Amino acid sequence: MSTAAVQQGTKWWSGGRSPFNASYGKVMMWYFLMSDAFTFGAFLISYGTIRFSQNHWVDPNHVFNSFPFAGHTNLPLAFVSLMTFILIASSVTMVLAVHEGHKMNKAGVEKYMLWTILGGLCFLGCQAWEWTHLLTGQHEVLVNGQLEYWNTTVAHNPFGPEVMFNGKEVATPGPIAFGSYFFEITGFHGFHVFSGIIINIIMYLKTKMSHFEQRGHYEMIEKAGLYWHFVDLVWVFVFLCFYLI
Amino acid sequence: MSNVLELQESDVHHGHEAHHEHHHHETFITKYVFSQDHKMIAKQFLITGMIWAIIGGLFSVLFRLQLGYPESTFPWLEDLLGHWAKGGKILPEFYYALVTMHGTILVFFVLTAGLSGTFANFLIPLQIGARDMASPLLNMLSYWFFFLASIIMFSSLFVQTGPASGGWTIYPPLSALGDASSGSKIGMDLWLTSMAMFIVSSLLGGLNYISTILNLRTKGMSMTRMPLTIWALFFTAVLGVLSFPVLLSGAILLLFDRNLGTSFFLSDIYVNGKILPNEGGSAILFQHLFWFLGHPEVYIILLPAMGMSSEIISVNSRKPIFGYMAMVGSLFAIAILAFLVWAHHMFVTGLNPFLGSFFVLLTLLIAVPSAIKVFNWLTTLWRANIRFTPGMLFAIGFVSLFISGGLTGIFLGNSALDIHLHDTYFVVAHFHIVMGVASFFGMFAGVYHWFPKMYGRYLNNTLAYIHFWITIIGAYLIFWPMHYEGLAGMPRRYYDFSGWESFKMFGGLNEFISVVAMIVFAAQLLFVLNFFHSIFKGRKVTTANPWGANTLEWTTPIRPGHGNWVGEIPEVYRGAYDYGKDGREFIPQTEPVGENESHH
Repeated sequence: MSTAAVQQGTKWWSGGRSPFNASYGKVMMWYFLMSDAFTFGAFLISYGTIRFSQNHWVDPNHVFNSFPFAGHTNLPLAFVSLMTFILIASSVTMVLAVHEGHKMNKAGVEKYMLWTILGGLCFLGCQAWEWTHLLTGQHEVLVNGQLEYWNTTVAHNPFGPEVMFNGKEVATPGPIAFGSYFFEITGFHGFHVFSGIIINIIMYLKTKMSHFEQRGHYEMIEKAGLYWHFVDLVWVFVFLCFYLI
Repeated sequence: MSNVLELQESDVHHGHEAHHEHHHHETFITKYVFSQDHKMIAKQFLITGMIWAIIGGLFSVLFRLQLGYPESTFPWLEDLLGHWAKGGKILPEFYYALVTMHGTILVFFVLTAGLSGTFANFLIPLQIGARDMASPLLNMLSYWFFFLASIIMFSSLFVQTGPASGGWTIYPPLSALGDASSGSKIGMDLWLTSMAMFIVSSLLGGLNYISTILNLRTKGMSMTRMPLTIWALFFTAVLGVLSFPVLLSGAILLLFDRNLGTSFFLSDIYVNGKILPNEGGSAILFQHLFWFLGHPEVYIILLPAMGMSSEIISVNSRKPIFGYMAMVGSLFAIAILAFLVWAHHMFVTGLNPFLGSFFVLLTLLIAVPSAIKVFNWLTTLWRANIRFTPGMLFAIGFVSLFISGGLTGIFLGNSALDIHLHDTYFVVAHFHIVMGVASFFGMFAGVYHWFPKMYGRYLNNTLAYIHFWITIIGAYLIFWPMHYEGLAGMPRRYYDFSGWESFKMFGGLNEFISVVAMIVFAAQLLFVLNFFHSIFKGRKVTTANPWGANTLEWTTPIRPGHGNWVGEIPEVYRGAYDYGKDGREFIPQTEPVGENESHH
């Protein structure tokens, strides 16, 4: 039930054609993205509300200072910058895939879709490493006058304010909201990346099976692209809220 | 398998639309179960909604029994409810489960899915001139996600610890801690899971409604020629698509708090004398997330009823709707304001009074578009040649209830008065009249008016009139006295008032309300009977346009097949409200504008 034959010469809003010159599928995708933006918006605003009601918050430069295969390093935000770069790069390859689609170049679409999928998988891999690092990494914390070793979970935060204990500076438990929101929001975003990869794989297979070539256009790639760019855009906000501020 | 084949055979023999143009080979399964035809999906929503309405209504009868007769026992209740009514008296835990599920079912499953799901699906393609929804597949999925949500919610009624019982607003910490009450155990998890499915359903439906209205209007159907039903359903869909995701966020965070040990909504809590490890969360935060959906939700429920009433009032007044553009504008204003007033549900949470004053202002502003709508309905009725069809009566009833319930909204929107009125029966009376019963009236009006299009038969008028008069008189008898109880401070959600000296005087009134509630519930069964009887045995529709209406759905065959129109989709040349023009009773939208035609 796609748009009925477009009548040339009729006005944009007078019926018989799409007022935005966009297919219903694209209109749907845009509204879906608005809806999803409200979901993420609610999460991030909740995070902001709680974070700024705390007396103390973690220092991201201290929490996110590790890098894979480099042992105990002090490279603040280096790894997350790499992750972000990978994700943004995959957005670029997505644009190129859409562009190839406009040119009806099947081989080009396939190539850039593969790069996009690879970028998404790399990002998810990075996220898995970061989560593992936080969940397993032990940190010295002063709890009720005793030293304990804590990892970072939804209910533990070893990055609280530092106090003097036996002549050295030790951290005390920090607000547990940090771990809760970090894992919840990055997890929800990661789930979006995961679904995006699944969608992209389907798009790649449909391209390979010449579905879009037979249809005469690659609009599905564009719609998948809209979703993928949205997921990237959300990451920019997540990055801002958890790593930069 | 053979069973299915037989049904398919009989279907072919008795099928009325065997000869329409878009005939595919349809089996029983593809035609009645996994149908992608918007009309069938609408009927699925309607009938599922009706089943829910009976369940939700029955729950209200049960808890009204407790409120009306707090000191009596009813042995048959124990037979019916088992250990939830030991000794023939409903347990307090079960009373709370009943009110919670009554609210949840009526607000979400009946008046959101049952109302929007039915009429958006049924009317949008028919009234804008489209063969079906933009995506029939997503439309079908929308129903099946709703069905899944229904199954999960229904199953929660049968778990050992009972369904959710923290009120339909599921405020934490009650809803976040499994130990807080028996209903906060598995019942609450099922509630949240069911709502997540429901939100998916609402999203799929809403996206479809929006893109269908924007993209698939037939030639000539400009936005300002659309019937007001379509405008109302459009704004409803936008509200749903933008507000339900926020509830989804809240529900996800709450599920985390319940099951993964996070503290999004929990802080400094003692249970049974032991301090919980939770810290730093905010229960008020949940209320913000909830009411950011919860308030638009009120309009998601109300706007379709407004749109349908506008249409039905105009058709049966044989007059153009008064102030079409003002009607559209006020719908738009209400839709915008719906997002900006949520904190008026939270005046007594410790909200900054200065912030509260903004919400008071924005809340009271809603009175302006609401009053414009009421004024326009009344002026449409003014000196009209009214046909009192059952649909029309319910539409007028809607206007009456909207006025009565809307006026008390002005009391409640005032943050100073709200300190006294908050969580009393005044609130119960207000929202039941203005959004509960009023929307039900809109829904009934729609069913009575469009039943001939849905099933090619009429509903029985005598039963319909009995249904109307009992329902409208009953609704006022139930909810009008509650205002006085509320003003006297009687709190809502209480199990038993007989222990309070100050509320003892309301014992007789509570009993009266309960009796009326049961009568009104019985009258609804009359409607259900009428509905199902008329599907099969009702008087057949013999003319394509039985109400003499202008809109496009009456240009289809009496029982339209999948694809709606035989041959070309008609083109539209005028707005939907050319009634009583140039000496003609009505001029359908498909008729080109004549050379000497006057302007209204």
